[in-house]
Amino acid sequence: MAKVLMKGNEAIGAAAIKAGCKFFFGYPITPQSELPEYMAREMPKAGATFLQAESEVAAINMVYGAAGAGARVMTSSSSPGISLKQEGISYIAGAELPCVIVNIIRGGPGLGGIQPAQSDYFQATKGGGHGDYKMVVLAPASVQELTDLLMEGFDIADQYRNPVMIIGDGMLGQMMEPVELREPKKRNLPPKDWATTGTGGRGHTNVINSLFIDPAECEKHNLKLKAKFDEMEKNEKKYEIYNCDNPDIIVAAYGTTSRIVKTAIDKCKDEGINVGLIRPISLWPFPYEVFEEYADRAKAFLSVEMSLGQMVEDVKLGVNGKKPVYFYGRTGGMVPVPDDIVAEIKKILGGAK
Amino acid sequence: MLEDKRIRIVTGHYGSGKTEFAVNYVINLAKSGKKAAIADLDIVNPYFRSREEKGRMERLGIRVVAPEGKFINADVPALPADINTLLQDESYQVVLDVGGDAAGARALGRYYPHLKDADYDMFIVVNANRPNTASSEAVIEYIQDIERAARIRATGLVNNTHMLRETTVEDVLRGQRVVEEVSRQKDLPVKYICAIERIAGQIPAGLAGEVFPIKMYMRPEWL
Repeated sequence: MAKVLMKGNEAIGAAAIKAGCKFFFGYPITPQSELPEYMAREMPKAGATFLQAESEVAAINMVYGAAGAGARVMTSSSSPGISLKQEGISYIAGAELPCVIVNIIRGGPGLGGIQPAQSDYFQATKGGGHGDYKMVVLAPASVQELTDLLMEGFDIADQYRNPVMIIGDGMLGQMMEPVELREPKKRNLPPKDWATTGTGGRGHTNVINSLFIDPAECEKHNLKLKAKFDEMEKNEKKYEIYNCDNPDIIVAAYGTTSRIVKTAIDKCKDEGINVGLIRPISLWPFPYEVFEEYADRAKAFLSVEMSLGQMVEDVKLGVNGKKPVYFYGRTGGMVPVPDDIVAEIKKILGGAK
Repeated sequence: MLEDKRIRIVTGHYGSGKTEFAVNYVINLAKSGKKAAIADLDIVNPYFRSREEKGRMERLGIRVVAPEGKFINADVPALPADINTLLQDESYQVVLDVGGDAAGARALGRYYPHLKDADYDMFIVVNANRPNTASSEAVIEYIQDIERAARIRATGLVNNTHMLRETTVEDVLRGQRVVEEVSRQKDLPVKYICAIERIAGQIPAGLAGEVFPIKMYMRPEWL
Protein backbone atom coordinates (compact mmCIF):
# COMPACT_ATOMS: atom_id res chain seq x y z
CA MET A 1 0.00 0.00 0.00
CA ALA A 2 1.32 3.45 -0.94
CA LYS A 3 1.50 6.15 1.70
CA VAL A 4 -1.61 8.25 2.20
CA LEU A 5 -2.26 11.25 4.42
CA MET A 6 -4.43 10.50 7.41
CA LYS A 7 -5.42 12.19 10.61
CA GLY A 8 -4.54 10.19 13.71
CA ASN A 9 -8.14 9.42 14.60
CA GLU A 10 -8.94 8.16 11.09
CA ALA A 11 -5.73 6.13 11.02
CA ILE A 12 -6.69 4.34 14.25
CA GLY A 13 -9.93 3.29 12.58
CA ALA A 14 -8.23 2.11 9.39
CA ALA A 15 -5.59 0.18 11.36
CA ALA A 16 -8.20 -1.48 13.60
CA ILE A 17 -10.22 -2.67 10.62
CA LYS A 18 -7.03 -3.94 8.96
CA ALA A 19 -6.17 -5.79 12.19
CA GLY A 20 -9.49 -7.63 11.98
CA CYS A 21 -11.42 -5.69 14.61
CA LYS A 22 -15.02 -6.86 14.22
CA PHE A 23 -16.80 -4.68 16.78
CA PHE A 24 -16.46 -1.07 17.84
CA PHE A 25 -18.54 0.23 20.73
CA GLY A 26 -18.14 3.88 21.60
CA TYR A 27 -19.54 7.25 22.37
CA PRO A 28 -18.43 10.56 20.86
CA ILE A 29 -16.23 13.00 22.74
CA THR A 30 -13.81 15.64 21.46
CA PRO A 31 -10.96 15.25 20.49
CA GLN A 32 -11.52 11.63 19.36
CA SER A 33 -14.95 11.90 17.72
CA GLU A 34 -13.53 11.44 14.21
CA LEU A 35 -12.76 7.86 15.22
CA PRO A 36 -16.33 6.71 15.95
CA GLU A 37 -17.39 8.75 12.92
CA TYR A 38 -14.86 6.90 10.76
CA MET A 39 -15.92 3.55 12.23
CA ALA A 40 -19.62 4.28 11.66
CA ARG A 41 -18.85 4.83 7.99
CA GLU A 42 -16.19 2.20 7.36
CA MET A 43 -16.96 -0.79 9.60
CA PRO A 44 -20.14 -1.87 7.82
CA LYS A 45 -18.18 -1.87 4.53
CA ALA A 46 -15.73 -4.31 6.16
CA GLY A 47 -18.48 -6.62 7.40
CA ALA A 48 -17.92 -5.38 10.95
CA THR A 49 -20.21 -3.72 13.49
CA PHE A 50 -20.17 -0.15 14.75
CA LEU A 51 -22.49 0.63 17.61
CA GLN A 52 -22.87 3.96 19.34
CA ALA A 53 -23.66 3.00 22.92
CA GLU A 54 -25.86 5.05 25.22
CA SER A 55 -22.85 5.88 27.39
CA GLU A 56 -19.19 5.07 27.92
CA VAL A 57 -20.16 2.65 30.70
CA ALA A 58 -22.40 0.77 28.30
CA ALA A 59 -19.73 0.78 25.59
CA ILE A 60 -17.04 -0.83 27.77
CA ASN A 61 -19.49 -3.49 28.95
CA MET A 62 -20.38 -4.25 25.34
CA VAL A 63 -16.65 -4.69 24.80
CA TYR A 64 -16.64 -7.15 27.73
CA GLY A 65 -19.43 -9.13 26.07
CA ALA A 66 -17.94 -9.22 22.59
CA ALA A 67 -14.47 -10.06 23.92
CA GLY A 68 -16.00 -12.87 26.02
CA ALA A 69 -17.44 -14.30 22.83
CA GLY A 70 -13.96 -14.27 21.31
CA ALA A 71 -14.31 -11.31 18.93
CA ARG A 72 -11.64 -8.71 18.21
CA VAL A 73 -13.15 -5.60 19.74
CA MET A 74 -12.21 -2.02 20.50
CA THR A 75 -13.52 1.07 22.20
CA SER A 76 -12.19 4.60 22.33
CA SER A 77 -12.80 7.81 24.18
CA SER A 78 -11.09 10.83 25.65
CA SER A 79 -10.19 11.41 29.29
CA PRO A 80 -13.57 11.93 31.04
CA GLY A 81 -15.03 9.06 29.02
CA ILE A 82 -12.09 6.81 29.90
CA SER A 83 -12.72 7.56 33.58
CA LEU A 84 -16.23 6.22 33.09
CA LYS A 85 -14.85 3.03 31.58
CA GLN A 86 -12.56 2.19 34.49
CA GLU A 87 -14.90 -0.23 36.22
CA GLY A 88 -15.34 -2.16 32.98
CA ILE A 89 -11.60 -2.23 32.32
CA SER A 90 -11.01 -3.77 35.76
CA TYR A 91 -13.69 -6.41 35.08
CA ILE A 92 -12.19 -7.17 31.67
CA ALA A 93 -8.73 -7.61 33.21
CA GLY A 94 -10.23 -9.75 36.00
CA ALA A 95 -12.12 -11.93 33.52
CA GLU A 96 -8.98 -12.20 31.33
CA LEU A 97 -10.43 -10.82 28.14
CA PRO A 98 -8.49 -9.29 25.25
CA CYS A 99 -9.51 -5.89 23.86
CA VAL A 100 -8.01 -2.59 22.77
CA ILE A 101 -8.95 0.69 24.46
CA VAL A 102 -7.88 4.02 22.94
CA ASN A 103 -7.57 7.19 25.01
CA ILE A 104 -7.05 10.44 23.07
CA ILE A 105 -6.26 12.57 26.07
CA ARG A 106 -7.57 16.07 26.73
CA GLY A 107 -7.00 18.51 29.57
CA GLY A 108 -8.50 17.68 32.96
CA PRO A 109 -9.42 17.06 35.72
CA GLY A 110 -13.18 16.99 35.44
CA LEU A 111 -14.58 18.14 32.12
CA GLY A 112 -11.35 20.09 31.60
CA GLY A 113 -11.12 21.25 28.01
CA ILE A 114 -10.75 19.86 24.50
CA GLN A 115 -7.07 20.71 24.02
CA PRO A 116 -4.30 18.07 24.25
CA ALA A 117 -2.82 16.69 27.49
CA GLN A 118 -0.90 13.74 28.94
CA SER A 119 -2.39 13.95 32.39
CA ASP A 120 -3.99 10.48 32.30
CA TYR A 121 -0.60 8.74 32.72
CA PHE A 122 -1.31 7.68 36.30
CA GLN A 123 -4.78 6.45 35.41
CA ALA A 124 -3.47 4.38 32.49
CA THR A 125 -0.36 2.90 34.08
CA LYS A 126 -1.16 2.59 37.78
CA GLY A 127 -4.56 0.93 37.45
CA GLY A 128 -7.33 3.47 36.97
CA GLY A 129 -9.78 0.77 37.94
CA HIS A 130 -9.74 -1.25 41.15
CA GLY A 131 -7.82 -4.38 42.01
CA ASP A 132 -4.42 -5.88 41.27
CA TYR A 133 -4.36 -5.60 37.51
CA LYS A 134 -2.00 -4.25 34.87
CA MET A 135 -2.33 -3.61 31.18
CA VAL A 136 0.14 -2.86 28.43
CA VAL A 137 -0.05 0.89 27.71
CA LEU A 138 1.47 2.04 24.42
CA ALA A 139 2.17 5.69 23.62
CA PRO A 140 2.95 6.37 19.94
CA ALA A 141 4.58 9.62 18.79
CA SER A 142 3.49 9.71 15.14
CA VAL A 143 0.49 8.64 13.10
CA GLN A 144 2.61 5.87 11.55
CA GLU A 145 3.62 4.53 14.95
CA LEU A 146 0.03 4.89 16.11
CA THR A 147 -1.18 2.49 13.41
CA ASP A 148 1.74 0.09 13.95
CA LEU A 149 1.15 -0.11 17.71
CA LEU A 150 -2.60 -0.31 17.37
CA MET A 151 -2.36 -3.34 15.09
CA GLU A 152 0.22 -4.96 17.36
CA GLY A 153 -1.95 -4.05 20.37
CA PHE A 154 -4.67 -6.47 19.22
CA ASP A 155 -2.08 -9.26 19.06
CA ILE A 156 -0.68 -8.39 22.50
CA ALA A 157 -4.21 -8.44 23.92
CA ASP A 158 -4.90 -11.85 22.39
CA GLN A 159 -1.54 -13.29 23.44
CA TYR A 160 -2.05 -12.49 27.13
CA ARG A 161 -5.87 -12.36 27.30
CA ASN A 162 -5.65 -8.88 28.75
CA PRO A 163 -6.79 -5.37 27.78
CA VAL A 164 -4.26 -3.14 25.97
CA MET A 165 -4.47 0.63 26.04
CA ILE A 166 -3.20 2.96 23.34
CA ILE A 167 -2.83 6.54 24.50
CA GLY A 168 -2.21 9.71 22.54
CA ASP A 169 -2.66 13.31 23.46
CA GLY A 170 -5.40 15.10 21.54
CA MET A 171 -2.90 16.38 19.02
CA LEU A 172 -1.99 12.88 17.85
CA GLY A 173 -5.66 12.27 17.09
CA GLN A 174 -5.94 15.49 15.12
CA MET A 175 -2.60 15.71 13.34
CA MET A 176 -2.27 14.61 9.76
CA GLU A 177 0.77 12.65 8.56
CA PRO A 178 1.80 10.21 5.82
CA VAL A 179 0.96 6.66 6.84
CA GLU A 180 1.17 3.15 5.46
CA LEU A 181 -0.67 0.29 7.16
CA ARG A 182 1.83 -2.47 7.93
CA GLU A 183 1.29 -5.91 9.41
CA PRO A 184 2.95 -6.36 12.80
CA LYS A 185 5.58 -9.04 13.34
CA LYS A 186 3.78 -12.35 13.56
CA ARG A 187 3.11 -13.73 17.02
CA ASN A 188 1.95 -17.23 17.85
CA LEU A 189 -1.48 -16.52 19.23
CA PRO A 190 -3.21 -19.16 21.35
CA PRO A 191 -6.63 -20.38 20.18
CA LYS A 192 -9.59 -18.71 21.91
CA ASP A 193 -10.85 -22.02 23.32
CA TRP A 194 -12.13 -20.16 26.41
CA ALA A 195 -14.67 -18.06 24.46
CA THR A 196 -18.39 -18.43 25.14
CA THR A 197 -19.40 -19.61 21.70
CA GLY A 198 -21.59 -22.57 22.67
CA THR A 199 -20.38 -25.96 23.90
CA GLY A 200 -20.67 -27.57 20.46
CA GLY A 201 -20.48 -30.98 22.14
CA ARG A 202 -17.31 -29.93 23.96
CA GLY A 203 -18.46 -31.45 27.24
CA HIS A 204 -17.82 -28.44 29.46
CA THR A 205 -19.21 -24.94 29.65
CA ASN A 206 -16.97 -21.88 29.24
CA VAL A 207 -17.70 -19.22 31.84
CA ILE A 208 -16.47 -15.62 31.70
CA ASN A 209 -16.46 -14.13 35.18
CA SER A 210 -14.41 -12.09 37.61
CA LEU A 211 -16.23 -13.09 40.82
CA PHE A 212 -14.38 -15.18 43.42
CA ILE A 213 -16.26 -15.44 46.70
CA ASP A 214 -13.63 -17.60 48.39
CA PRO A 215 -10.64 -15.33 49.24
CA ALA A 216 -8.20 -18.19 48.77
CA GLU A 217 -9.61 -18.72 45.26
CA CYS A 218 -9.39 -14.98 44.56
CA GLU A 219 -5.77 -14.89 45.70
CA LYS A 220 -4.97 -17.88 43.51
CA HIS A 221 -6.58 -16.08 40.56
CA ASN A 222 -4.61 -12.90 41.33
CA LEU A 223 -1.35 -14.86 41.45
CA LYS A 224 -2.18 -16.38 38.08
CA LEU A 225 -2.75 -12.88 36.71
CA LYS A 226 0.50 -11.72 38.31
CA ALA A 227 2.45 -14.43 36.50
CA LYS A 228 0.94 -13.10 33.27
CA PHE A 229 1.83 -9.50 34.12
CA ASP A 230 5.40 -10.62 34.86
CA GLU A 231 5.54 -12.14 31.36
CA MET A 232 4.32 -8.88 29.84
CA GLU A 233 6.94 -6.98 31.81
CA LYS A 234 9.62 -9.29 30.47
CA ASN A 235 8.48 -9.27 26.83
CA GLU A 236 6.66 -6.07 26.00
CA LYS A 237 8.94 -3.16 26.89
CA LYS A 238 9.43 -0.70 24.08
CA TYR A 239 11.47 2.50 24.04
CA GLU A 240 13.56 4.74 21.81
CA ILE A 241 17.05 5.99 22.67
CA TYR A 242 17.94 9.17 20.81
CA ASN A 243 21.26 11.07 20.84
CA CYS A 244 22.33 9.48 24.13
CA ASP A 245 26.00 8.71 23.30
CA ASN A 246 27.56 11.61 25.16
CA PRO A 247 24.79 13.71 26.64
CA ASP A 248 25.06 16.57 29.14
CA ILE A 249 21.50 15.85 30.14
CA ILE A 250 18.88 13.26 29.18
CA VAL A 251 15.27 14.24 28.66
CA ALA A 252 12.46 11.73 29.18
CA ALA A 253 9.36 12.37 27.10
CA TYR A 254 6.73 10.29 25.34
CA GLY A 255 4.15 10.75 22.61
CA THR A 256 3.84 14.09 20.85
CA THR A 257 5.92 15.78 23.54
CA SER A 258 8.96 13.72 22.50
CA ARG A 259 8.79 15.36 19.06
CA ILE A 260 8.78 18.81 20.58
CA VAL A 261 11.78 17.69 22.65
CA LYS A 262 13.60 16.51 19.50
CA THR A 263 13.27 20.01 18.05
CA ALA A 264 14.58 21.40 21.36
CA ILE A 265 17.52 18.96 21.11
CA ASP A 266 18.40 20.34 17.66
CA LYS A 267 18.25 23.88 19.00
CA CYS A 268 20.51 22.93 21.93
CA LYS A 269 22.99 21.34 19.52
CA ASP A 270 23.29 24.71 17.74
CA GLU A 271 24.37 26.18 21.07
CA GLY A 272 26.85 23.42 21.86
CA ILE A 273 24.69 21.61 24.42
CA ASN A 274 24.32 17.87 23.89
CA VAL A 275 20.92 16.59 24.97
CA GLY A 276 19.74 12.98 24.81
CA LEU A 277 16.22 11.61 24.81
CA ILE A 278 14.82 8.40 26.25
CA ARG A 279 11.33 7.92 24.90
CA PRO A 280 9.30 5.24 26.63
CA ILE A 281 6.92 3.75 24.03
CA SER A 282 5.42 1.27 26.48
CA LEU A 283 4.45 3.32 29.54
CA TRP A 284 3.58 0.04 31.20
CA PRO A 285 5.75 -1.94 31.34
CA PHE A 286 8.04 1.04 31.95
CA PRO A 287 11.70 0.70 30.85
CA TYR A 288 13.18 1.38 34.30
CA GLU A 289 16.48 -0.43 33.61
CA VAL A 290 17.21 1.79 30.62
CA PHE A 291 17.10 4.87 32.84
CA GLU A 292 19.33 3.23 35.41
CA GLU A 293 21.81 2.24 32.72
CA TYR A 294 21.97 5.73 31.21
CA ALA A 295 22.15 7.41 34.62
CA ASP A 296 25.92 6.89 34.47
CA ARG A 297 26.21 8.91 31.26
CA ALA A 298 24.38 12.17 32.00
CA LYS A 299 24.65 14.88 34.65
CA ALA A 300 20.91 15.09 35.15
CA PHE A 301 17.51 14.01 33.84
CA LEU A 302 14.52 16.11 32.88
CA SER A 303 11.02 14.72 32.37
CA VAL A 304 8.94 16.86 29.99
CA GLU A 305 5.21 16.16 29.99
CA MET A 306 1.88 17.73 29.23
CA SER A 307 0.93 17.23 32.88
CA LEU A 308 2.02 18.53 36.26
CA GLY A 309 4.43 15.63 36.77
CA GLN A 310 3.32 12.01 36.41
CA MET A 311 5.84 9.98 34.39
CA VAL A 312 8.59 11.82 36.30
CA GLU A 313 7.87 9.48 39.24
CA ASP A 314 8.75 6.44 37.11
CA VAL A 315 11.83 8.23 35.75
CA LYS A 316 12.97 8.75 39.35
CA LEU A 317 12.40 5.05 40.11
CA GLY A 318 14.51 4.18 37.06
CA VAL A 319 17.34 6.65 37.76
CA ASN A 320 17.24 5.31 41.29
CA GLY A 321 18.88 8.29 43.00
CA LYS A 322 22.01 8.18 40.84
CA LYS A 323 21.41 11.63 39.34
CA PRO A 324 18.99 14.51 39.97
CA VAL A 325 15.67 14.28 38.09
CA TYR A 326 13.91 17.52 37.15
CA PHE A 327 10.48 18.16 35.74
CA TYR A 328 9.01 20.60 33.23
CA GLY A 329 5.39 20.47 32.13
CA ARG A 330 2.47 22.38 30.72
CA THR A 331 -1.05 21.38 31.59
CA GLY A 332 -4.73 21.94 30.95
CA GLY A 333 -4.35 21.80 27.16
CA MET A 334 -1.26 24.00 26.83
CA VAL A 335 1.52 22.56 24.67
CA PRO A 336 5.20 23.11 25.56
CA VAL A 337 7.23 24.88 22.88
CA PRO A 338 10.84 23.96 22.00
CA ASP A 339 12.29 27.29 23.21
CA ASP A 340 10.84 26.84 26.70
CA ILE A 341 12.36 23.35 26.93
CA VAL A 342 15.73 24.75 25.81
CA ALA A 343 15.49 27.43 28.53
CA GLU A 344 14.68 24.77 31.14
CA ILE A 345 17.67 22.66 30.06
CA LYS A 346 20.00 25.68 30.29
CA LYS A 347 18.65 26.52 33.74
CA ILE A 348 19.37 22.99 34.99
CA LEU A 349 22.86 22.77 33.42
CA GLY A 350 23.72 26.27 34.61
CA GLY A 351 22.78 25.27 38.13
CA ALA A 352 24.67 21.98 37.88
CA LYS A 353 28.01 23.65 37.08
CA MET B 1 -6.15 36.17 -7.12
CA LEU B 2 -7.29 39.76 -7.43
CA GLU B 3 -9.65 38.70 -10.20
CA ASP B 4 -11.50 36.31 -7.92
CA LYS B 5 -14.85 37.44 -6.58
CA ARG B 6 -14.98 39.57 -3.42
CA ILE B 7 -16.09 36.70 -1.18
CA ARG B 8 -13.91 33.58 -1.52
CA ILE B 9 -15.45 30.56 0.17
CA VAL B 10 -12.95 27.78 0.85
CA THR B 11 -14.48 24.31 1.25
CA GLY B 12 -13.48 20.73 0.64
CA HIS B 13 -13.01 17.32 2.15
CA TYR B 14 -12.05 17.06 5.82
CA GLY B 15 -8.27 17.40 6.04
CA SER B 16 -7.81 18.60 2.45
CA GLY B 17 -5.79 21.63 3.57
CA LYS B 18 -8.54 24.24 3.30
CA THR B 19 -7.34 26.24 6.27
CA GLU B 20 -3.71 26.37 5.14
CA PHE B 21 -4.86 27.52 1.69
CA ALA B 22 -7.29 30.08 3.19
CA VAL B 23 -4.66 31.54 5.54
CA ASN B 24 -2.06 31.77 2.76
CA TYR B 25 -4.64 33.34 0.47
CA VAL B 26 -5.76 36.06 2.88
CA ILE B 27 -2.16 36.88 3.81
CA ASN B 28 -1.37 37.31 0.10
CA LEU B 29 -4.43 39.56 -0.24
CA ALA B 30 -3.26 41.73 2.65
CA LYS B 31 0.29 41.90 1.30
CA SER B 32 -1.05 43.13 -2.05
CA GLY B 33 -2.55 46.10 -0.20
CA LYS B 34 -6.16 44.97 0.03
CA LYS B 35 -8.46 45.48 3.01
CA ALA B 36 -8.66 41.79 3.79
CA ALA B 37 -10.69 39.71 6.23
CA ILE B 38 -11.00 36.03 7.07
CA ALA B 39 -13.82 34.32 8.90
CA ASP B 40 -13.30 30.96 10.62
CA LEU B 41 -16.49 28.99 10.06
CA ASP B 42 -14.98 25.71 11.19
CA ILE B 43 -17.33 24.12 13.70
CA VAL B 44 -16.18 20.58 12.90
CA ASN B 45 -12.48 20.50 13.76
CA PRO B 46 -11.33 21.11 17.31
CA TYR B 47 -7.64 21.77 16.47
CA PHE B 48 -5.54 23.45 13.77
CA ARG B 49 -8.12 26.12 12.92
CA SER B 50 -7.36 29.47 11.30
CA ARG B 51 -8.22 31.26 14.56
CA GLU B 52 -4.93 29.89 15.96
CA GLU B 53 -3.04 32.19 13.57
CA LYS B 54 -5.16 35.22 14.53
CA GLY B 55 -2.20 37.15 15.96
CA ARG B 56 -0.03 36.71 12.87
CA MET B 57 -2.86 37.77 10.54
CA GLU B 58 -3.92 40.76 12.65
CA ARG B 59 -0.37 42.08 12.62
CA LEU B 60 -0.69 42.18 8.82
CA GLY B 61 -3.86 44.25 9.14
CA ILE B 62 -6.24 41.37 8.40
CA ARG B 63 -9.58 41.37 10.18
CA VAL B 64 -10.04 37.92 11.73
CA VAL B 65 -13.59 36.92 12.61
CA ALA B 66 -13.69 33.90 14.93
CA PRO B 67 -15.13 33.08 18.35
CA GLU B 68 -13.66 35.47 20.91
CA GLY B 69 -11.60 34.98 24.03
CA LYS B 70 -12.55 32.03 26.17
CA PHE B 71 -14.95 30.74 23.52
CA ILE B 72 -12.09 30.11 21.08
CA ASN B 73 -11.99 26.46 22.23
CA ALA B 74 -15.62 26.07 23.23
CA ASP B 75 -16.87 22.82 21.75
CA VAL B 76 -20.13 24.35 20.52
CA PRO B 77 -21.44 24.95 17.00
CA ALA B 78 -21.81 28.74 17.39
CA LEU B 79 -20.67 31.36 14.88
CA PRO B 80 -19.86 35.04 15.48
CA ALA B 81 -22.38 37.63 14.24
CA ASP B 82 -19.55 39.63 12.60
CA ILE B 83 -19.55 37.18 9.70
CA ASN B 84 -22.63 39.03 8.44
CA THR B 85 -20.61 42.26 8.42
CA LEU B 86 -18.04 40.77 6.10
CA LEU B 87 -20.71 39.45 3.76
CA GLN B 88 -22.42 42.86 3.52
CA ASP B 89 -19.58 45.41 3.82
CA GLU B 90 -18.29 45.60 0.26
CA SER B 91 -15.09 47.39 1.28
CA TYR B 92 -13.67 44.03 2.48
CA GLN B 93 -11.98 41.35 0.40
CA VAL B 94 -13.16 38.26 2.26
CA VAL B 95 -12.02 34.65 2.73
CA LEU B 96 -14.44 32.26 4.44
CA ASP B 97 -12.63 29.23 5.90
CA VAL B 98 -15.34 26.58 6.10
CA GLY B 99 -15.15 23.28 8.03
CA GLY B 100 -14.58 20.05 6.16
CA ASP B 101 -17.05 17.78 4.38
CA ALA B 102 -20.79 18.37 4.09
CA ALA B 103 -20.94 18.53 7.90
CA GLY B 104 -18.68 21.57 7.87
CA ALA B 105 -20.36 23.15 4.85
CA ARG B 106 -23.69 23.04 6.65
CA ALA B 107 -22.52 26.07 8.67
CA LEU B 108 -22.46 27.94 5.37
CA GLY B 109 -26.06 27.08 4.56
CA ARG B 110 -27.44 29.76 6.87
CA TYR B 111 -25.67 32.51 4.88
CA TYR B 112 -27.37 31.46 1.67
CA PRO B 113 -29.74 34.48 1.65
CA HIS B 114 -26.71 36.80 1.71
CA LEU B 115 -24.74 34.83 -0.81
CA LYS B 116 -27.04 33.97 -3.65
CA ASP B 117 -26.95 37.41 -5.16
CA ALA B 118 -23.60 38.38 -3.74
CA ASP B 119 -20.31 38.35 -5.45
CA TYR B 120 -18.76 35.04 -4.38
CA ASP B 121 -16.47 32.26 -5.48
CA MET B 122 -16.62 28.87 -3.83
CA PHE B 123 -13.40 26.89 -4.15
CA ILE B 124 -13.23 23.15 -3.58
CA VAL B 125 -9.83 22.20 -2.18
CA VAL B 126 -8.66 18.70 -3.16
CA ASN B 127 -5.81 16.61 -1.80
CA ALA B 128 -5.69 13.41 -3.84
CA ASN B 129 -3.31 11.89 -1.27
CA ARG B 130 -6.22 11.69 1.16
CA PRO B 131 -7.77 8.21 0.87
CA ASN B 132 -11.35 9.46 0.43
CA THR B 133 -10.54 11.87 -2.41
CA ALA B 134 -8.04 9.87 -4.40
CA SER B 135 -10.23 9.58 -7.52
CA SER B 136 -12.26 12.03 -9.62
CA GLU B 137 -15.45 10.06 -8.88
CA ALA B 138 -14.91 10.42 -5.12
CA VAL B 139 -14.14 14.14 -5.45
CA ILE B 140 -17.29 14.72 -7.50
CA GLU B 141 -19.37 12.98 -4.85
CA TYR B 142 -17.87 15.25 -2.19
CA ILE B 143 -18.57 18.35 -4.29
CA GLN B 144 -22.21 17.33 -4.63
CA ASP B 145 -22.55 16.69 -0.88
CA ILE B 146 -20.90 20.00 -0.02
CA GLU B 147 -23.01 21.97 -2.52
CA ARG B 148 -26.18 20.42 -1.12
CA ALA B 149 -25.26 21.30 2.48
CA ALA B 150 -23.97 24.79 1.61
CA ARG B 151 -26.94 25.49 -0.69
CA ILE B 152 -24.65 27.17 -3.21
CA ARG B 153 -22.61 26.03 -6.21
CA ALA B 154 -18.86 25.58 -6.39
CA THR B 155 -17.14 27.90 -8.87
CA GLY B 156 -13.59 26.55 -8.95
CA LEU B 157 -11.14 23.82 -7.97
CA VAL B 158 -7.89 23.99 -6.03
CA ASN B 159 -5.38 21.18 -6.42
CA ASN B 160 -3.78 20.94 -2.98
CA THR B 161 -2.32 17.45 -3.35
CA HIS B 162 0.63 17.18 -1.00
CA MET B 163 2.51 14.94 1.41
CA LEU B 164 3.38 17.74 3.87
CA ARG B 165 7.14 18.42 3.97
CA GLU B 166 7.76 15.27 1.84
CA THR B 167 5.70 16.59 -1.11
CA THR B 168 7.18 15.90 -4.55
CA VAL B 169 6.34 17.39 -7.95
CA GLU B 170 4.91 13.97 -8.79
CA ASP B 171 2.41 14.29 -5.89
CA VAL B 172 1.22 17.61 -7.29
CA LEU B 173 0.96 16.23 -10.83
CA ARG B 174 -0.95 13.13 -9.72
CA GLY B 175 -3.44 15.39 -7.96
CA GLN B 176 -3.57 17.63 -11.02
CA ARG B 177 -4.71 14.68 -13.17
CA VAL B 178 -7.56 13.97 -10.72
CA VAL B 179 -8.56 17.64 -10.46
CA GLU B 180 -8.41 18.23 -14.24
CA GLU B 181 -10.66 15.20 -14.75
CA VAL B 182 -13.12 16.65 -12.21
CA SER B 183 -12.82 19.96 -14.03
CA ARG B 184 -13.86 18.34 -17.33
CA GLN B 185 -16.75 16.40 -15.85
CA LYS B 186 -18.14 19.17 -13.66
CA ASP B 187 -17.26 22.02 -16.02
CA LEU B 188 -15.47 23.81 -13.19
CA PRO B 189 -12.18 25.68 -13.77
CA VAL B 190 -9.00 24.66 -11.93
CA LYS B 191 -8.11 27.95 -10.22
CA TYR B 192 -4.98 27.13 -8.24
CA ILE B 193 -2.25 24.50 -8.00
CA CYS B 194 -0.80 24.59 -4.49
CA ALA B 195 2.79 23.58 -3.83
CA ILE B 196 5.10 24.12 -0.89
CA GLU B 197 7.71 26.76 -1.71
CA ARG B 198 10.54 24.22 -2.07
CA ILE B 199 8.94 22.70 -5.21
CA ALA B 200 6.66 25.50 -6.42
CA GLY B 201 9.27 26.62 -8.98
CA GLN B 202 9.47 23.10 -10.47
CA ILE B 203 5.80 22.77 -11.39
CA PRO B 204 5.76 22.52 -15.20
CA ALA B 205 4.03 25.19 -17.30
CA GLY B 206 0.89 24.50 -19.30
CA LEU B 207 -1.27 23.08 -16.51
CA ALA B 208 -4.76 24.36 -15.82
CA GLY B 209 -4.67 26.82 -12.93
CA GLU B 210 -2.17 29.20 -11.40
CA VAL B 211 0.70 27.89 -9.23
CA PHE B 212 0.12 28.99 -5.64
CA PRO B 213 3.17 28.66 -3.36
CA ILE B 214 2.19 27.55 0.15
CA LYS B 215 3.87 28.50 3.40
CA MET B 216 3.03 26.05 6.19
CA TYR B 217 1.67 28.57 8.69
CA MET B 218 -0.61 26.09 10.48
CA ARG B 219 2.01 23.40 11.10
CA PRO B 220 3.97 23.77 14.36
CA GLU B 221 7.76 23.96 13.87
CA TRP B 222 8.28 20.58 15.58
CA LEU B 223 5.72 18.69 13.48
